[in-house]
Amino acid sequence: MSMGKPVDQTLAREFGLSAEEYARVLDIMGRTPSLTELGVFSVMWSEHCSYKSSRVWLKQLPTTAPWVIHGPGENAGVVDIGDGLAAVFKMESHNHPSFIEPYQGAATGVGGILRDVFTMGARPIANLNALRFGRPEAPRTKAIVDGVVRGIGGYGNCVGVPTVGGEINFHAAYDGNPLVNAMTVGIARKDRIFLSAAAGIGNPVVYVGSKTGRDGIHGATMASAEFAADSEEKRPTVQVGDPFTEKLLIEACLELMATDAIVAIQDMGAAGLTSSSVEMAGKGAVGIELDLDHVPQRETGMTAYEMMLSESQERMLMVLRPDREDVARAIFEKWELDFAVIGHLTDSGRIVVRHNGVVEADIPLGPLAEQAPLYHRPTVETDKQPPLNPARVENRWMLADALAKLIACPDLCSRAWVWDQYDSTVGGQTVKRPGAADAAVVRIDGSARALALTTDCTPRYCLADPEAGGRQAVAEAWRNLIAVGAKPLAITDNMNFGNPEKPEIMGQFAAAIRGMSDACRVLDFPVVSGNVSLYNETEGRAILPTPAIGGLGVLEDAAQAVGIAIAPWLDLVLIGATVGWLGQSLWLREMAGREDGAPPPVDLAAEKAAGEFVRAQILAGNVRACHDVSDGGLLVAVAEMAMAGGTGVRLSTGPREIPGHAYWFGEDQGRYVLAVPEGAALLRAAEAAGVAAVRIGTSGGQDLTLPDGGTISVTALRAAHERFFPSWMGT
Amino acid sequence: MKAGIVVFPGINRERDMAIALELASGAKPRMVWHQETDLSGLDLVVLPGGFSHGDYLRCGAMAAQSPVMGAVRAFAAQGGYVLAVCNGFQILTEAGILPGALLRNASLRFLSMDCHLRVERADTVFASGYRRGDIFRALMAHGDGNYFADTHTLDRLEGEGLVAFRYAMPNGEITPEANRNGSQRNIAGIYSPNLRVLGLMPHPEDLVDPLMGGIDGKPLFDGLAAAFTPLRAA
Repeated sequence: MSMGKPVDQTLAREFGLSAEEYARVLDIMGRTPSLTELGVFSVMWSEHCSYKSSRVWLKQLPTTAPWVIHGPGENAGVVDIGDGLAAVFKMESHNHPSFIEPYQGAATGVGGILRDVFTMGARPIANLNALRFGRPEAPRTKAIVDGVVRGIGGYGNCVGVPTVGGEINFHAAYDGNPLVNAMTVGIARKDRIFLSAAAGIGNPVVYVGSKTGRDGIHGATMASAEFAADSEEKRPTVQVGDPFTEKLLIEACLELMATDAIVAIQDMGAAGLTSSSVEMAGKGAVGIELDLDHVPQRETGMTAYEMMLSESQERMLMVLRPDREDVARAIFEKWELDFAVIGHLTDSGRIVVRHNGVVEADIPLGPLAEQAPLYHRPTVETDKQPPLNPARVENRWMLADALAKLIACPDLCSRAWVWDQYDSTVGGQTVKRPGAADAAVVRIDGSARALALTTDCTPRYCLADPEAGGRQAVAEAWRNLIAVGAKPLAITDNMNFGNPEKPEIMGQFAAAIRGMSDACRVLDFPVVSGNVSLYNETEGRAILPTPAIGGLGVLEDAAQAVGIAIAPWLDLVLIGATVGWLGQSLWLREMAGREDGAPPPVDLAAEKAAGEFVRAQILAGNVRACHDVSDGGLLVAVAEMAMAGGTGVRLSTGPREIPGHAYWFGEDQGRYVLAVPEGAALLRAAEAAGVAAVRIGTSGGQDLTLPDGGTISVTALRAAHERFFPSWMGT
Repeated sequence: MKAGIVVFPGINRERDMAIALELASGAKPRMVWHQETDLSGLDLVVLPGGFSHGDYLRCGAMAAQSPVMGAVRAFAAQGGYVLAVCNGFQILTEAGILPGALLRNASLRFLSMDCHLRVERADTVFASGYRRGDIFRALMAHGDGNYFADTHTLDRLEGEGLVAFRYAMPNGEITPEANRNGSQRNIAGIYSPNLRVLGLMPHPEDLVDPLMGGIDGKPLFDGLAAAFTPLRAA
């Protein structure tokens, strides 16, 4: 991009607009656009802002339920959690920046998603993050993991929002393209939700927060743009986060939101001032006039183009009631943040941008939104793989040896090294910290209620069968909420895929949406917010399809939440049916060195029945510990419960018709291990409910005593489980 | 008990502290903005945890220059009780109200985890809910909790009995393993010479409710509440 170049199709292409899209710009404008206007069109019509490749598919997702207050389309999703309160939440990716500059990429990812939540009037109470990295032995992986973890901690710890959960996977497909998906959850009064639709002709448009600099200009389009090697304007597109200013912004905004001054508010995220002003005015069907002379600036000599496209962090745009301007100004001055009236609303239906007395942009908002490109790109379905017959997979290992290897592998080992760098307790409401339960549990200050929170996706299933994988990701999130005793309410989705212009990638996307929709519908678990990240490819190699799901549920009484730690002298009962599904399992990958077969199917009717049964048992007070069976299968789930509780388990023999390795390590879905004082009573209740259940063992002692005659101590398990991260990182 | 919690910009554990104080005393603490200078009527001034001014210059360095700090200094000089936790402790050392400094953790990483503290003396208002030698659990959540002072100062603190708590193993042993942030002599908290100012790094205020994982920190607040609650006629 060059300031000196004429605005033409060549420059438009540099800005990421196709020839056809540029022709549409000319048609809307009726003349050659100015540089600033071209910048506005290109970011608003970028994949990142317009969802032009994904929109047709996203529309298929179920988004409603009686408890949904605001579904997709607002800054974040909003659900009713009872007691007059609402939970506001969303997950968003910061993949590309985190690869270029891991610390700042991850930090600003956290900052951005926090703003999406508090801009709606909610105090953020929890952060989670879903992370995918390349192979540990790949050259950059260690530095990326270290930087991302420090960045998440550096930002989240400083703003004082506890980081309570998340997930980490490693796979070669992420060697050149890690995924950093950050989720924030906030709480607001349900009658005090703030929206972004501007209203009130003449009302002041107010800029608050940090000053604007030249950082991140064109960040929304540059991720896929080609640069000339000598391009003078080539700058780091990664922004620099300032969590201290964000903390002040949270407090100042929430203080202002307690008054009646705000008409509309939106954070300046991707595409900064452009997207916030265009979207606020567009949603309110009004016009907006900005005078950039009043924009607080960190650098001198900034042009209109630069100010409109800057992605400087920690900034918000608000429309205020004119008679409340002084109230608002006083609050922001108290918090030592910039506050500037930079424009007003008009009835023109246009965005008009002035700088130094010159009109730099004058665009009709209707066509900018309505004529935004929308593509129904060609799709090719992934070929299905046949189910793997477990009897034909050779097993050369004793259960104890396989278990010790599995729980030590990077995908299953303890994440304590990571969690220990995140403040998970600030706020004083964290009931279940990372690792203590299948979902994080955070009580709501001043209430007995708690939220249960989780992020889930099994990308290797999604690669093998995107539809089954999409269904499984939603089902696992639901299951993890059930496993703590929560009522699952809704999800946010973060769709991470490769290049949508490749039919096989678009086919993965479409199929994942189908599977997700299916699960959302049957489980009554709608999508209320989300984010799409495409073009996750390096040198033409795509990541695994990764529809990361952030799930939210509610517990009416936080004290009813259960964790995974078992005490001695409890019966362990497996809920849900087992056939011994080894296809795409971690056992198959780690022990047999194979990544094949169909992934385990999810029977949604059985899933729902098992989940409702488990939750009822937890709420009845019958369950001391509960853990869903996921990666690594049944024996890994039991080992995790044993390690968390510091007590051994004596396991019974599995059914004769299933090979031992398939029974103990198969990843059949829809299953939970419950630890109860009275196994017989639970089995009777399960039978009455028509839910598959079998007693698998009893807790106690220091060892895991296995049905093939082997034994492994909990101490040895823990040592193996905790080894990877500290030894890899050398700390 | 009339407690005041000083709120510096960037502080983030003021609500945790308020919950713990109110739970113990039944009284809501007063939130004192860092620009205020009137601490009259308070029994206890609390400097809570967080990242005042983002910890950008040096932890606590800018907050130590806030207008309220003159009042805190005077309050302490007049024999007032001051509890300073985490960033609060850092602010007091930066202000010179307590000796020493808090350096980066030895691992150069933020540490968020349980730790165990040994009570070095219980004959203070802050530790009256414990017995000498008690081991209690608290939460660490800091990047700069590595207590440092010169040998002379450390010897003086020990000689005068001003070490409040040390990082210990659950069985009470004082070992390098227990000392995750690398503090000199496992020091987790220290008193002023009159025993009325306590600075400590770990957070007792986050363990006052069984639902949040334990109540090991509650005796500290119960002790304070008892000390400042006027005796009622039977």
